[in-house]
Amino acid sequence: MSLLAVESLDASHGLVSAVRGVSLEIAEGETLALVGANGAGKTTLLRTIAGAHRAGAGRVVFAGEDVTRVPPYTRVKLGIALVPEGRRLFGELTVEENLRLAGDNGRKGPWNVEAVLQAFPLLQPLRRARAANLSGGEQQAAAIGRALMSNPRLLLLDEVSLGLAPTAVDDVYRSLERLIEGGTTVLIVEQDLGRAMRVADRLACMLEGRIVLEGRPDELSRERVTEAYFGLHAGTAPGPA
Amino acid sequence: MATAVLSATGLHKRFGALVVLDGVDFALGEAESVGIVGPNGAGKTTLLNVLAGTYPPERGSVMFRGSDVTRMRAARRCRLGIGRAHQVPRPFAGMTVFENVFVGAATGGRHGRRAACDRVIEVLELCGMTELANRQADSLGLLDRKRLELARALATEPAVLLLDEIGAGLTDEEAIALVATITELRRQGIAIVWIEHIVHILVQGIDRLIAMNAGRVISEGDPQTVMKDAAVVDAYLGSTAA
Repeated sequence: MSLLAVESLDASHGLVSAVRGVSLEIAEGETLALVGANGAGKTTLLRTIAGAHRAGAGRVVFAGEDVTRVPPYTRVKLGIALVPEGRRLFGELTVEENLRLAGDNGRKGPWNVEAVLQAFPLLQPLRRARAANLSGGEQQAAAIGRALMSNPRLLLLDEVSLGLAPTAVDDVYRSLERLIEGGTTVLIVEQDLGRAMRVADRLACMLEGRIVLEGRPDELSRERVTEAYFGLHAGTAPGPA
Repeated sequence: MATAVLSATGLHKRFGALVVLDGVDFALGEAESVGIVGPNGAGKTTLLNVLAGTYPPERGSVMFRGSDVTRMRAARRCRLGIGRAHQVPRPFAGMTVFENVFVGAATGGRHGRRAACDRVIEVLELCGMTELANRQADSLGLLDRKRLELARALATEPAVLLLDEIGAGLTDEEAIALVATITELRRQGIAIVWIEHIVHILVQGIDRLIAMNAGRVISEGDPQTVMKDAAVVDAYLGSTAA
């Protein structure tokens, strides 16, 4: 059985329809990477799965339970954690305080402050540093660590490499790959196709609110993904014939 | 290309430490339609803003029909013939569709109430909005708001129309209708600069495509060729081959 099943999901921002009839499934222990151009609906899809954005139609089923109308804080307790784009740490709190706050509101499990610091060694000297004073890469590590503190069964990661220096991205990905090898179920939005294909078991490409291509990295050429990404292939473009 | 109606040379623009335009040259022929694509932060909207006169560049120049307009304000450029439709339509909510477009006509080339009214009627017909003339702007759906944004810009009788992501958020049917309107504008000889993330819609409405990344033009030419250019694909999807 899938850990997450999204069924015919719609989500809008006012008059603008951002997610249009999306269906996808993620099995326990699987990593699905989501790519797509600006405005394709990736972030809205992630936020709707996390409960931070209201679904207009369709269902989000998590571990067999329909959570479509379940508030986000309850979804965290059920095991869904979102690492939002832009990190969104509490800047005035220390790294440790940010972590503990999430730990107090999540599930019981193996993740605690020490385990997070071990998983992200670059945070070890920074546990008492204010989050606002960290570099982008350090903040990203702290944001992922904060999500792990809730002991999620499903980790949703939105553009973790956005705005980071290449070496910081490498650091974050090294830690992420270890998490994935350890069996964490991950849905990741990533612009860098090479990185997405390296970490993911499956890749899905969104275009204008829909999933237009899906498959295993070894089944998908860069050319096919590019065509789907821009909607230039006859089979993927929903526009005029 | 024939004589450029609108051109720019060596444009530089920065916001604080961030260089947004880094030596951009641009030329648009009479009645030509040019698309601009690029990932987030490429400098597309900034280029449009510098062409429209929203703000001046730090270096470089903008020429319109042989005159240097680099330091000219947006309202004057509009009267000269550079029209602009924004990404997020912001009509005068308390006015009707007709009144909104009338503001454009009266602000642009037409002088006198009668001439402006005639222009409004022409533009509403062109944009398929005649039936909606007496509707309050804030009661319109997304496609009609976008059409109204386009109509207001057209009412100024532009020689050049600058379009910023007017396709975003439209349904497939709405996007088809939008492309049909743009095609009619091209047929009438209006030169167009169109920024759009929805590439497969954009390529149906343009003669030439420019791709930008990090404040520079990285590829230019036939739309299908540009979208397959390795530099463009790398700019969007990262440079590591899969």
